[in-house]
Amino acid sequence: MLLNQFLVLSAVLFCTGVYGVIARRNGVLVLMSVELILNAVNINFVAFAYWHGDVSGQVFALFVITVAAAEVGIGLAIVLLIYRNRSSIDLGQMEQLRG
Amino acid sequence: MVAQNIAFGVIAAAMVVAAFRVVTTKNVVRAALYLVVVLAGVGAQFILLASEFVAVVQVLVYIGAIVVLFLFGIMLTRAPIGKTVNLDNDLRRSGLLVSLMLVGGLVYVLWDAFEDTELPEDGTLFRTSEVGDSIFSTYLVPFEIISVLLLAALIGAIVVARRD
Amino acid sequence: MTTMLENVWVIPAIPFATFWGILFFGKRLPHKGAELGIGALSLCFALSLVTGAAWIDRVDNPPVSDHTTEQATEHATGGSEIDGTEHAQVAGGDSGTGIGVLGAAAIEEAEEHIAVDAVVQQWTWWQNGGIEFTVGTMVDGLTAMMLLVVTVVSLLVHIYSTDYVGGDRRYTHFFAFLSLFSASMLMLVMAENTLQMIVGWELVGLCSFVLIGHWWEEKPNSDAALKAFLTNRVGDIGMLIGVITLFFAANQTWSIVEINSMANAGQISHTALLVASLCLTAAVMSKSGQFFLHTWLPDAMAGPTPVSALIHAATMVVAGVFMVARLYGVFWDGFSIGTSNINVLAVVGGFTTIVGGVLAFVQADIKKVLAYSTISQLGYMVMALGVGAWTAGLFHLFTHAFFKACLFLGSGSVSHAVHSFDMVKDMGGMRKWMPHTFRTFMIGSIALAGIPPLAGFWSKDEILAGASQLGGGGDGYPVVLVMGFITAGLTAAYMTRCVYLTFFGEYRGHTPVEKLHESGPRITLPLWILAGLAIVAGLANLPGDSIVPDGWALRFEHFVEPTGAYFPAISHPHFSGLTALVSIAVAGLGVAIGYAFYFRQLGPHGLTQRSTVAKAGYTFLENRYYLDHLYTGVIAGGTKGPIARAAYWTNQNIIDGIVNGVGISARRIGLWVYDKIDQGIVDGTVNGLGLGAGAGGEVLRETQTGRVQQYASVLFGSTLVLALVIALVIV
Repeated sequence: MLLNQFLVLSAVLFCTGVYGVIARRNGVLVLMSVELILNAVNINFVAFAYWHGDVSGQVFALFVITVAAAEVGIGLAIVLLIYRNRSSIDLGQMEQLRG
Repeated sequence: MVAQNIAFGVIAAAMVVAAFRVVTTKNVVRAALYLVVVLAGVGAQFILLASEFVAVVQVLVYIGAIVVLFLFGIMLTRAPIGKTVNLDNDLRRSGLLVSLMLVGGLVYVLWDAFEDTELPEDGTLFRTSEVGDSIFSTYLVPFEIISVLLLAALIGAIVVARRD
Repeated sequence: MTTMLENVWVIPAIPFATFWGILFFGKRLPHKGAELGIGALSLCFALSLVTGAAWIDRVDNPPVSDHTTEQATEHATGGSEIDGTEHAQVAGGDSGTGIGVLGAAAIEEAEEHIAVDAVVQQWTWWQNGGIEFTVGTMVDGLTAMMLLVVTVVSLLVHIYSTDYVGGDRRYTHFFAFLSLFSASMLMLVMAENTLQMIVGWELVGLCSFVLIGHWWEEKPNSDAALKAFLTNRVGDIGMLIGVITLFFAANQTWSIVEINSMANAGQISHTALLVASLCLTAAVMSKSGQFFLHTWLPDAMAGPTPVSALIHAATMVVAGVFMVARLYGVFWDGFSIGTSNINVLAVVGGFTTIVGGVLAFVQADIKKVLAYSTISQLGYMVMALGVGAWTAGLFHLFTHAFFKACLFLGSGSVSHAVHSFDMVKDMGGMRKWMPHTFRTFMIGSIALAGIPPLAGFWSKDEILAGASQLGGGGDGYPVVLVMGFITAGLTAAYMTRCVYLTFFGEYRGHTPVEKLHESGPRITLPLWILAGLAIVAGLANLPGDSIVPDGWALRFEHFVEPTGAYFPAISHPHFSGLTALVSIAVAGLGVAIGYAFYFRQLGPHGLTQRSTVAKAGYTFLENRYYLDHLYTGVIAGGTKGPIARAAYWTNQNIIDGIVNGVGISARRIGLWVYDKIDQGIVDGTVNGLGLGAGAGGEVLRETQTGRVQQYASVLFGSTLVLALVIALVIV
């Protein structure tokens, strides 16, 4: 197996996630895309851990999974709050930052 | 080796297709289910990379907990369960452009750096106990910090989402 | 003992700590923070004494281990050669004695040059691009001497201040900054590298700004503080450029020892050293109040008197002199001090010393007399360094610190009683009511005037001896020497005037006579201590080959003057009876004229009323050579300078051709700069920038859609570009 197999797979997943983050209208879907990005990173961590023969990469992947869990928890709470306030989770409608 | 390569190819193809569906499907619940496929595929890749413990955690946390959270999120926000037309916004083109450029750049840089570097055929296998040792010795402080972070996220989520 | 030499950093650390202590807790303490400051400075003084003793011990018993011996022998041979030849020239020029004297002198100098290296401690501050930035301490005789001077004066100023600024609005704040001031100066004098020196240098400037503007509610005070700060910035640019030049010239090192050693060994090109020296001279001119950047110094009298004493005696203004002394290897080679007969440093010093002395005559404000006197005396020090009389210059710094602090504190004591600084209107006959202040002020004045056997005489005489004997071919620095003699007379005369107006004659003040009284012990005690030091400080460097045994003579030179390879091989002037006699005679003449003019009312009184020439001269002096006008004119020239004013202005300045030329050209440059650069380019640029920013904002506003996802796409896109740049271009 090539190292690049995994790295390129991860790159593709990452970019798919980026597309989702940019193009999706629904808040929950954006969060899902973020999960894709994080998983892509995890593949990198584990692949390099295997390549180097070092356990640190696995440990970091575990940390990332933990942080992702926290992120989803908070993210969904925020999405819920937005829905409650505006009866919609369309991110395109949130333009208060407009200059 | 061949078996592994075949396994990788099949799983990777499934993952990529599922990932595309996650970001393109017009059905929110289906997106969540495609996400399950991707996450399971990632777990399978972890096993290919001889990291069973991470794979198990991946399945437990992601598929067991996070996807369920997503489904609850979809339910609570009363997203239409069936097909919806306008799940995408008008940034599709720029999103497509940026991500294609990104993938191009990344693949170029990766190939430039590693070319056809082989992974070791019998790389070091880390048993779960070794992973645990590493977490609780070398990475004890980050571990503790992450524990606090989780607690804070828990309380924060409750505070943010609470109806009062 | 050596522990102290290695851990000397605690000395600035203590007042630095008390600065924060006073700032945060001072108001809650029974004495409002003053006790913290005094305690810290007492401790520092004690530690400085230990440091001094440790250094003396090190000089007497030089460490023989490590590489010092090697360096010592190397330097001893080099040093004896150079010194030998120069000695031969000096001796030959003086009396024409033969080869025997030469040999003896060479041997004597070789013994003198058993190198005692400075104790240097370094810690890495940070590293960047292979260059290591260090912090550290460097202790040698110079540092030990400066530590003593700073701590003594600062301690006495602290004690004095408890009475003088007692009940002030910002009493605690005042003491906090006194502490920081002392800490900065202490850090400056033990700086191991030029960067650290700049840090101390700037901190000193900052503290002086804060303290001069202590009563900032009144406009003149805050103006004076700003003026001091801004004038110093001018010199600071020179400092920065000089230090950076040295950094690159000396093979990328900040270390003072290394820079000096390389300069002495001829490893740095002469041009680089000359450029660096000139830039650093600009820094000295602003910090040490040398003509023509001295104008901030008299204005700095707006601060409370103890601050003036501290600024003028021990800290701020001597920083410039100290810097030259510290980087003497650079100046020595850069200005060819050892071989020339005239150079920038000597001329700047010599000119300043006369300028300051003349200006001191026409001041009505007692503190301004002393301020100009300080400028004049600083000119002496710079001049001494310029002619190569390193020890004499530093010795003058040492003695001057004591008698000038004494005089400043004395003037503060008087003004405390009459609530004014104006000698002409509000003082006179004060000796009746203030015996202690009177006596100490007299001692300080005599010391300043250079009457033996008080301190000022010995140091001033050495400088004059240096100016007459050193330099290329043993001919001395004739121009500078004349300037020095003139100033010796001037000093004696203006101090006589000052003493007369303050302490003799009729009382002219407005404070009721029955309310006049001597100040309290917290003011008189420091006065007496400083007066005592002003009497005895001269004994620290009695000339050699004279009445005193050799073990007593030239102690200052022996202990303070560095002997390591980082110090140039300077030669020393001999005590010259002729120079001493002339200097005493000139000073005596000055006193006599002053006495006759003021005490006996002899001479042409009212001359300024009768003679237009005299009146013009007086006005010219009273306006301080119109330098302030010059500076204001340059800055505000184009707006409020009609031609008539310029003509009048020119008229006034014809008296002094140099200032005249400088003035006109500066004015023309100012006008031109205003018309062309300021109005045209700068204004245009600024306006263009403003318009451009407005238009650009309108365009860029469109990108601020408020849509997070669009931001995300920009974020990822630009990250990609950045990553590609790094990957393709840099790696």
